[in-house]
Parts: sequence; C-alpha cells; structure tokens
Amino acid sequence: MCRIGAIKSKNPLHPSQALHLMLPQQEGHDNSGFAMVMQDLEGEFADFKAKPLLSLACKQDGLKLVQDYMDANNFAPIKEYIPKPNRIAGLDIQALPYYVFRAYEYPEYYRHRSQAEKEELLVDTRLALRQILEEAGEGYVFSFWPDVLTLKEIGDPADIATYFRLWEDNGDLMARNIVVQCRQNTNYEVVRYAAHPFFLQGYTLCANGENTFYTKNKEYQKSLHRGYIGFESDSQNFLYTLHYVHRQLNWPLVYYKHVITPLPFDEIERRPDRQVLGAIRQSLGHLEINGPNTIIAMLPDGSMMTCCDSKKLRPVVIGGDSTTIAISSEVCGLHAILPGRDPEKDIYPNEREVVLIKPDMEVERWKQ
Amino acid sequence: METVKTQDISANDLPWKVEWSSDRCTMCGSCVAACTFQAIEAVVERRSITVSTGTVPDPSRRHLAAPAIKQKRSIAHACVGCGMCEKVCPNQAIRTERNADSRANLLARSGGAPLKRGGRANLGTADRVLDKIVVGRISQMTDPALDSERHTFDVLAPFGRVLPPSQLPFSINGESLEMNGKMPPVNWIYPVIFSDMSIGALSTRAWEAVAMATAYLNEKYGMPIRMSSGEGGMPVKLMESDYLKYSIIQIASGHFGWNRIIKAMPKMKVEPGGILIKIGQGAKPGDGGLLPAAKVAEHVQAIRGVPKADLMSPPNHQGLYSIEESVQKMHMSLNAAFKFRVPVAIKCAASATSVSVYNNLLRDPYYICGGFFLDGIQGGTGAANEVSLDHTGHPIVSKLRECYQAAVKQGRQGQIPLWAGGGVGMTGNAAADVFKMICLGANGVFMGKLLAQLLGCVGNERGRCNACNTGLCPTGICTQDPRLVKRLDIDKGAQNIVDYMLAFDSELRKLMAPVGNSSLPVGRSDALVTTDKAVADKLAIQYAC
Ligand code: SF4
Ligand code: SF4
Repeated sequence: MCRIGAIKSKNPLHPSQALHLMLPQQEGHDNSGFAMVMQDLEGEFADFKAKPLLSLACKQDGLKLVQDYMDANNFAPIKEYIPKPNRIAGLDIQALPYYVFRAYEYPEYYRHRSQAEKEELLVDTRLALRQILEEAGEGYVFSFWPDVLTLKEIGDPADIATYFRLWEDNGDLMARNIVVQCRQNTNYEVVRYAAHPFFLQGYTLCANGENTFYTKNKEYQKSLHRGYIGFESDSQNFLYTLHYVHRQLNWPLVYYKHVITPLPFDEIERRPDRQVLGAIRQSLGHLEINGPNTIIAMLPDGSMMTCCDSKKLRPVVIGGDSTTIAISSEVCGLHAILPGRDPEKDIYPNEREVVLIKPDMEVERWKQ
Repeated sequence: METVKTQDISANDLPWKVEWSSDRCTMCGSCVAACTFQAIEAVVERRSITVSTGTVPDPSRRHLAAPAIKQKRSIAHACVGCGMCEKVCPNQAIRTERNADSRANLLARSGGAPLKRGGRANLGTADRVLDKIVVGRISQMTDPALDSERHTFDVLAPFGRVLPPSQLPFSINGESLEMNGKMPPVNWIYPVIFSDMSIGALSTRAWEAVAMATAYLNEKYGMPIRMSSGEGGMPVKLMESDYLKYSIIQIASGHFGWNRIIKAMPKMKVEPGGILIKIGQGAKPGDGGLLPAAKVAEHVQAIRGVPKADLMSPPNHQGLYSIEESVQKMHMSLNAAFKFRVPVAIKCAASATSVSVYNNLLRDPYYICGGFFLDGIQGGTGAANEVSLDHTGHPIVSKLRECYQAAVKQGRQGQIPLWAGGGVGMTGNAAADVFKMICLGANGVFMGKLLAQLLGCVGNERGRCNACNTGLCPTGICTQDPRLVKRLDIDKGAQNIVDYMLAFDSELRKLMAPVGNSSLPVGRSDALVTTDKAVADKLAIQYAC
C-alpha cells in the first residue's frame, strides 16, 4: 500500500520536508517510486507565478519534439530550471536524460482571453504533448499549469531524492504546498504516469488503497472529459471525479464525498436534503468508489482536503501548528516534521468526514 | 393381429411409461383420482392362475377378473411424468419412467395441428454460459473482507429514468445544492423482480401466493421486491389497497385488463411500483401470448373483460409502426395515466436488434423510458407452439452485455436501467446467476419460472410435465379448475418463495463481499473470469486457465 502525505505551510518549504514526512513510513511501501506536486512556488519560479509551468521527463528527441510543438503553438519559454543530477553510482533510480521545468508565456493571441479559455488551452497543450511523447516513446509530461511543479520517478524514494539533490535545502525548489507519495507498485504496471499524485487543471490528488469500482469508474469517466485519459492506476479515478464534480459540474466541494462514497439509501431517506442526495447517488452511481482507500487532494486555490472510504479501512491523520499543517498516512510522519506540534490536536477523520485545510490555514471538518 | 393395426398407439409410443405393480397395489384409486391428465384408468383384466389345493399336486387352471391400473394408449391422454400418482400412492405401487423410444413427436402432430405446450425452452440447458463464468477477482489483503454477515450492503437497483449528472435540476446556493425542478420518477428496489405471470396464466392461488410473498418480503424483511402483474389485469381489491405499491402493472399487446386498471385509477390510494410495457418476450418471441380457453375461467373473463375463448395477445402492439412510436406510446400512457409520477419501462425480446432499440431509447430526449427489460430464450411459462418454445429466441447473456457496452460507448450507462431475464435461476442457484448478470451490466433481473417451481411446479427442461397450457396443472399452479387450484397451499407456497429469497439475499451478499463491494457491482466485468475463450472474447471478460 502506498503512503501518502501533504504539507501546507505559510512559509515556503523545501521538498526535503516532504521526504522527511514520508520516509518514517517506509516499511509500508516497496520503494518503487516517488512523486510530488509543488504549488505556490518560491525559489527559482517565484517571479513566474502567473505563467504556465511545464514539468516533464524525457529523452533527447523528446525535448526537441516538445520544443517544436511549443514553438509552433506560440508558447515562448521565459524561465527554465533543469536539476543538476547527482550521478553517484548504485542509486536505485531509472533516470531519464532530462527533467525539465519550464515556464512559458501564453501565446500572443491568448493573453487577453478569459481565464477559462486559458485553462482549456493548457489542458489541450498538455494532452497534445503527452500524445507526441507517447507515440515517439520519448518521455512524459506531468503538468502544465501556472505555479505548479511536478516530479515523478521510478525507484527508491531516498535515492531519487539524492539524485535530484532534494535533501539539499538550497532554496531553488521551494513551495508552500506539497503533495507527495511514496509508492508501492499498484495493481498495474510500474510506469512513471502511474505514480501519484495525478494532476488535471489545478487539481492534484493522490490516494492509497484499492478502488474495486475501477473498471466501472473508468468506463464512465472516459466519456466525460477529454482529459480523463491514462488510467494507469486504479486511483486515478478519484482525481477525475473530483475534477468532474467540482469543476465541470461546478458543485460545492462537500458533494465530492457524496459522489464517491454515497450514504446508504436508508440514511439518505432520513436526511432533509434527501432529494438532492438521492439524485446524486442515482445519477453519479458510476463514479462511486468502493474498496478501502484514503484520498489527499489539493484544489486550484491551494486548499487541501482528505477523506476516506465509507468504512474507514485506511488510516490518515492531520496535525500541525500555526504555520504548518500536514496530512499523512501515518502519525510517525508528522512526528518527524512537526515535533513541536500538540499531538492531542491531531485529527483522525472518520469514514464520513472530510477535512479541509483552507488557503488561510483554517481547518474545517465536515460530516458527510 | 387382425384386430390390431400396426399404426395403433401403444404405451411404448408415449413419452412416459407407467409401471404399476399388482402385488403392491391395494386398489385405493388414489393415483387415478390424482392424475389430472387421465393418463391411467382402473380396468378389469382377465387373469389366469394355476392353483393346487390338495395334499398332492393337482394343478388346475382358473380364470378370474382382476382389477388393475392401466396406462391409456392415446396421445390426448399421454402421461406427462408429473409423478402425482407416485406421490399419492401409499404403497409405491406406481411409478413412471421416461420412454427413450417415444414416437410422440410424430404421433402428436397427426391431427394436423402443431404441438403446443407450456414450460421452458430447451436450448442449451446442460451447457449454460453463466455456469462457465466464475467470480474470479477476489480482493486480497488490501481489500478487507466486507464481512457479509456484519457489514451493511446496499442491495438496491433503480427502476425509472436516471438523468445524466449534467441534467440534474440543481441550483447552487452557497455551499449547498438545491433541487429546483422535476426529475423523472425512479424507484429503488431490490434487484429482483418477480416476473410477469398473469392471473389467468397462473391460478388465483398461485398468483396470490406470489403477491403474498412480495408483500411479506417488503413488510417483514424490508426487501423492496416488486411483482409484475403480467398482462391480464389485477384484482380491484389489490389495486385499491396499499399493496399496490409493490406491483408493477404490465400492459402488453393484448391490453388485457387495462380497461379495469384505468377504471380503478381514481380509487388507487398509492402509486403502483411502475408500469411495464411488454413489446416482446423471450421464450417465444414473435408468437404473442396465448391463454387457452380452458384456462379462461369466469374470474379471468371478468378481470380481462373477455368471453370464454382462446385469448391471443398479438405478437406486437397492433398499430405500432416503429420504436419511436412505442416510445411515444409510453409517453402517452404514462402522461395520461399516471401524470409522470410512476416510472414506465419497456420489455423486449432479446434479439439481434435489441441493441438498436436500446440505443434509440437512450437517445430519447424526453427522458421517459424508465427501464429496458431484455428477455432471453430460456424463460417462459405460458402456452405456446412447441416449435416456438424450443427453436426461437436469443440467449440473454451476450445481449445484455452488448446493450451495456452500447451504453458505455455513449457514456449513458445507468441512465436507462437494464433488467434482464430468461433462464435466471434455472439451476436453482439464482444468486450466482444474478450476481454475474449484474457484473455484466444488468441493474437487476426478473425471474418467473423459479417462482412456479417454488410453488411446487414439477415441470422441467427435459419435458417433464410442461402441461401449463392444458389447464390441467397437477399442482394447481397453472390451472383455473377449482378442484385443481385447491391443491395449492397458498401459505406454504408463499413461505417457500420468502425462504428462498432470504437465502438468495444472503448469497448475494456472500458474493459481494469477496469482490470488495458494498453496493451492487453493476458493470464490474473485471470481477468475472471464464475458462472458455469464446465466452471471454464475446463478453469482454478475463480468460483464465
Ligand atoms: S405421472 Fe402424472 S400424468 Fe402420469 S400417470 Fe402419474 S399422475 Fe398421471
Ligand atoms: S406442474 Fe403445473 S406449472 Fe409445472 S409444468 Fe406442470 S402444468 Fe406447468
């Protein structure tokens, strides 16, 4: 089972914090991968927050393909960060030649378009790049979004961190929000895309456990949005449903939990909002998720959320202090990065609960 | 030989031979009285015996007339192997045996008319696709057993039109959604519907037993099972009672009983559970329904508003030209009759064209079709030409799968709930069949014949009894003869159905637990595997070996 975590802080953090959060939980995963999404960046990208940032891993020809496509579509690169890897022998990592983080200027004719139009352009661009790279077998593109940086790699998380010098807190990669996962090989093949977190149009999500409704979810999601592709992991469904409910249907966030783990029919019947809840359960039945799991998600506004399956079969804990709050599969992770917090105030959400950490660090708990 | 023609019918020409043993028989006459087909009779036979009464052997021959039980040698009175005689005989003096050398198929047509019978179709009964599939994806440690005894399960299926999420009449008010429009009616019910067997086809007692079991399961055990009335109407008392909500009223091509339903409407206290428009059926598709005059008893005449005559339902709705028209028809009857408060579904025979019909309905912009019932070849109880029962129809499993996949292709799965039937529970283990059908895409299933069997029907796929069309049902299930109807114990029959459904429910949960589901696994084809490559390819499930 994967271990998942997230940190949200008022002060920019270095990814080493995320590693310290995850490594005490190491016995729970098989060291087959590491992935993180950083949002609200400082360091290298501090001055480019409004510009879409492309995160990719590729081979030589892949880089050329990406550059050609971006040129042809009038995206001008304005800032680039290429990590200088620490190539010591014996590291457990299947590194690709290039890891590129590059901020772009929107094409001229898009600069004055609406935010919504820009967001469609960004997803289309990422999908196009993914297709080009996939067809050529030349690389992977993880995200293309303002103020978001994604790194995914196959191998031992500690070695991956060494390779990318993530232990060295040198100030180049800094962010206030980090969602992270150390991975166990899933039911499916170990490929870079399968490493969580997954990202789509500002939504970031990782999950552990098993989604027994994977096939059913996938068959339905495929027809809902052009961006719902890949399905390399059974928990990718969680992200697409979040995106669909919150962004496409534009429903308040509280309904996400009602979609993935609906209340039993008899409980719905006893609720004053039974009509709405009944209709949701009925119409979105194919997005329901069965099986044990915990979800950690980050929303476009930087708020973070966690919830569990309806039987609470996977653990998760939230703890923090006035400047930093973290979500973690196991409490030992919190102990490692927040030793000074008051553990009495840690939150262990129940099977019907959603915990939301808002951008201003206020923590909300909802009962479904 | 002069008095006997070689064409004469002998017992050896008939499908069943009756064996009677004179030394066990006490001549009580029970068997003759029990045989509704008059296949046996009490006769007097001439016997000769040799006796010797003295102290030294002095045999002498005596002739005597002895009473005996004899099988009639006639097709009209052929034994059907129902076994009633054996059941009532106190001394096991009589039994029947299937006759491998029967010529009945030739002889029975000598009147120039096709064979008729009731009962199931005979296609592939020994070799069912459902039996070649097993639930193969068992959740391991990462998916803890949803202990079927302790956890809660949502074993419910929709009956009614489900809107796509984007069409839900919601408005956003701050952090909550509000319903600001009408939705098509949907009833969430148990994923098993007691299939349409009309009053008329069933005896009053049998129908009542099913209705009683339905009500009991609902009220005592909270299992929201629905019963389809079948074409032919319903007792007024039932329509005016609270129990109507457990009934799905059927309208079929003969419109039998519909007049009385419409008249009862103003007096209905509750809405019926749904309306089912039967376009076609699976066991003898294109053959319409047939209630032989023998079964059109007085109360049937009253409920249906017909004289005592053979009642033929036409094979299709007369005056309907296309599926678009049938949709329109649903629209009309629903609108006129129940003011959009009751879900209306449609039942078709499985066929090559079922998918097109389903596709059409899925695209209907008015969202008025509340369910697609797909009926396969292996079901059926009614009277029909034998040739239709045995040789027409379409297996259900692949059609169900195709329909589901057609919906998936359009992203409309679940919007018109799929209900499938036809041979479900044929082996007596319905829960496994139902679970597999649900994984293949059904929202629920309907079963009929199984209920008749639970009431005591002794018929089977190998030609035992299957005399439902004669009005002489030996168990009182498919007859309107008051003396025969009395044979059926309503309470016992209802109890059998209730007991079976309780066991069924536990079994269904037992299957949901290992795949890690607490709600019905609709479309979870990944949970199934088969060792038959052809089945795997056709149904798009995993091949395992
Ligand atoms: S088996 Fe049935 S039909 Fe045959 S003789 Fe006995 S009672 Fe009559
Ligand atoms: S017992 Fe009755 S219902 Fe069963 S096959 Fe015979 S006639 Fe039909």
